[in-house]
This record gives sequence, structure tokens and C-alpha cells, in this order.
Amino acid sequence: MGKSIKCDHCSKPATVHLTQIVNNQIHKVDLCEDCAAAKGVTDPSGFSLADLLLKGGEGAAAATAVAGLVCTQCGFTQSDFKKTGRLGCPSCYEHFQPLLKPILANMHKGDSHTGKVPHLSLKRRSYSERLAHLQQELDKAIQGERYEDAAGFRDEILTVKRSMEEES
Amino acid sequence: MMIDSLIGSRTEVIDSAGSKGAIVLMTRIRLARNLANTPFPGWAKPEQRHQVLEACLPALVQLDQMKQGFSAEMTGLSDLEKLILMERHLISRELSHAKENAGVVISRDQSCAIMINEEDHLRIQVLRGGYHFKKVWSGIDTVDSALESSLDYAFAPELGFLTACPTNVGTGMRASAMMHLPALVISGQMEKVVRAVNQLGIAVRGLFGEGSDASGSIFQISNQTTLGESEDEILKRLAQVLNTVIEQEMNARERILEKDSGKLYDKIGRAFGILQNSHLLTSAEAMNLLSLIRLGVDLKAFPEAMRTTVDRLFIECQPGHIQYHASKTIDGVERDHFRAGYLRAEFEKTARPDFRRVNNEL
Repeated sequence: MGKSIKCDHCSKPATVHLTQIVNNQIHKVDLCEDCAAAKGVTDPSGFSLADLLLKGGEGAAAATAVAGLVCTQCGFTQSDFKKTGRLGCPSCYEHFQPLLKPILANMHKGDSHTGKVPHLSLKRRSYSERLAHLQQELDKAIQGERYEDAAGFRDEILTVKRSMEEES
Repeated sequence: MMIDSLIGSRTEVIDSAGSKGAIVLMTRIRLARNLANTPFPGWAKPEQRHQVLEACLPALVQLDQMKQGFSAEMTGLSDLEKLILMERHLISRELSHAKENAGVVISRDQSCAIMINEEDHLRIQVLRGGYHFKKVWSGIDTVDSALESSLDYAFAPELGFLTACPTNVGTGMRASAMMHLPALVISGQMEKVVRAVNQLGIAVRGLFGEGSDASGSIFQISNQTTLGESEDEILKRLAQVLNTVIEQEMNARERILEKDSGKLYDKIGRAFGILQNSHLLTSAEAMNLLSLIRLGVDLKAFPEAMRTTVDRLFIECQPGHIQYHASKTIDGVERDHFRAGYLRAEFEKTARPDFRRVNNEL
């Protein structure tokens, strides 16, 4: 018998060997029983080989290529990502873009979303961003005693609010 | 709704009547959703997790689908209750281990369950007995859209729904079918099937165990990728694979009946004998025996009504349900004893399998 394979996560002998092929690329993971259980490989409610791979192969390779990224929104670092295989917050996708791009391309069928779009949610967010901006302008105008401008902004705020109500 | 009445009522999982329900026990879809501008649960501070729970719970409870449903924070559930919910596929292992500020809302008919602060802020799930991807998708799409009208989802036009793990980004959708594939297992073809299906980016896992000889011959087949295809395309691709697997299973059954029907009848007959007479049964053994009885129903050796019983017993044989029915926490051997007694009582009045009614055409 050859040398026993070691677990990808700790150095114990690996007894669980997973192979998966996505987009014609072979991915292999070897795990010991404990890590397999901890990673939910034996968990009926779901595990994904990609999760496991993230920590080993591709994630590590990509990580050395792009060093020391950090999400300014939530403080999540690249080493946090390497450790957990998860991201910190939605903005991490922007801040870790150079790191994620090759990983996503490798992991999925394509690199851009073509499915469902939450239109209401997006519209509401764009309205509230618009309102916040108008409110700022209004405050500035009042401070600068530009009352004609202020009246314009006030009208605009009312219009935006009205169309928000109409749509909800 | 109290947890006792939830556990007391039948789960959606066991309603798999219908022809394809013979092989597909259950269809389910889950969507991973997160709130905009909020750290994911694994990275959020306790107060942020608390805010998420506070924001989501009222929105979930108000859903039409959740009327008179069940909702709980994880800290309010006992270990046994969590185990039972897991065995019914209503919560995940990860959620059952969650500490504070995690919860679940379950619809009265148990077809819809939404976990809060699991890996993502929301994990919406809809499941149905039998093979029903269209219905399940339209059900979960409605729930998702209703939630979207009051919650701001984290979404980027380019990447879609943003999730804690990049493996779910895009649609955030995982669709799966729970399949009963005894003939592929008996004829040693399951490994081949797993390999072929994996090459198509579709995952196969034993539901109650691992590898190609999962106990009960029950496998869960699901999409692995979430970005670059629409929900519809993913479901179509998955359905194609499932249909092929169903075909393979049917062919395997036919071949076994042609070549070695005596051996198969013997297996089913023995399974029946053990279920009627044993005094110690592990859950794995019980699953395998029940699987053979279910195959017997498909072959018409048992009455059709038996299928629902078997599907119910698949779940009631799990450790959590056994302890619930025993009304106390019991250890392995005691559990095996109780399980055997439970199954003896169930099969006591069942007529022996009648193989004269086996239809070779299936």
C-alpha cells in the first residue's frame, strides 16, 4: 500500500475522498472523518464540494495572486475569507472582486446573473438614495439661504415620495 | 401553533402518491437571501444579528403562507425538537447549532420553512411530496416576491443575489429531488450514475448516509451551480438529469425482474419477515428494509396505500422521532429496541407480499 493520503484540513489520515467535475474541471478533496463530519459532508441538509475547495486549491492560489484585500464596509479581510470560505457582507463582493472573479468563473456556469431580479427592492432602494441626496441638497440650500433652490428641492422630494406611495 | 401540534401532524414529505412519486419522494427548492448593507450572519455582531431577526420575523410571520404557522427562536427549542425538525428537513444542522438570534418560521402544512440567520440572513425553502418542480418554484417565487416587497435584499445587477458563500451567489437557488433508487443500488450501478451526473454539475448525495450505498437507497440530487443561468434554465437542466436517472432506475428494475426475479422477491419477502418479527433494528437497517418494502409496493406486491406508510416510517425511524414517540431520551440500543417494536406493530396486520401481481412491464 502506498503512503496514506492526509486530510486537506488537518494532517490526520484522510478516509473521505471526494471528486467532482464542474465544467470539465476535476476537483478533488481528501478529508479525515472528523473534518468530513465538521464540514457537513455527512450532513443530509447540504454541503458543497465547492465550499471545501475554496479553502484549499483555487482559493489559496487566487489568494497568493492578490494579496491583502480588505472590505472597507465591514472590515472582513482576505485571510478571513481563506479561513472560512465565506464573505463578511454584501459589499465584500465589490472589495474582493479581483480575488472572486476567477473563483466564480471556475465554480459556476457563467460569471453574470441572468435570473430573477428583485425589482421592488431595487426601486425602493434607489428612491431612498434619491431622497437622501435631495434632503442633503435641501439642507445645504437652506444653510446657504438659497431659498428658491430649497423650494425646488422640496417640491422634488414631494414628487419622489408621491411616486413611491403610488407604487407601493 | 405549538411544536407538539406541528410534530403531531403529518409532514408534507410523505405525500408522494402519483406515478413519478414512486421514484421521486420529494421535491424542494431553497433560496438564499440577505439584507442589503448588513453583514452576513457569520460575520455580524450579536446586535446586528439581533436586528436582522427583528426585521425579518414580523415580515415572515405576516406572509399568507405562514398563517397559523409555527415560529421559534433556536434558543427556545430543545435538542430533541431541533433534531425532529432536522429529520423533517425543516431546519439545517447548521441552524440547529446556532446560538442566539437565529430562528425558523414554518407554515402550518410544513411545506414552507424559512430559517433566519443561518449561513445567510434568510434561507427560504418550499418542499412538496412527489415530483413537482414547477409548483414548488412558483410557490417559493411567490413567497420570495412577497418578502421582497418589505425587505431590502442584497442584490447586484451583475452578480445577482449576494450570499455569504460564493457558491450560492446569483440565483441563490438550490433545487433538489429526493429519489428512491433501490434497483440501481442492488445492481451496483449507483456509482456509475453518480459519476455521470456529477460531470453535468449536478450533485448526488445519500440522504441518510454516505456514498453509493446510502441507507434506504434514498439519494438527493441537486444543482451545484447558481450563477450564469436563470432559475428556469437550472430547473430544466436538473429535470433532464432526473428524468434520465428515473429511466435508468426503471431499466434496472426491469433487468432484475427478467434475470433474477426470485432473488428480488426473496429480498423483499425477507425484509417483510424482519420488519414483522425483529426486536432490535438500527435506523440504517430499518431504512434498508423499508426501502425494499417500498420497491415491493412499486411492483404491486403490496397495496398502493402502503407507500404512504413506508414514506412516513422512513422519517419516524430516525433517532429524533423514535425518542419523541418513546416520550423520553433513550440511547442507541434502547432506541433499536423501541424502533423494532414500533415497526412490528406497524406491520403486524399487513398482508404478506403477493408476487403474482407483479407486472413485468412496470
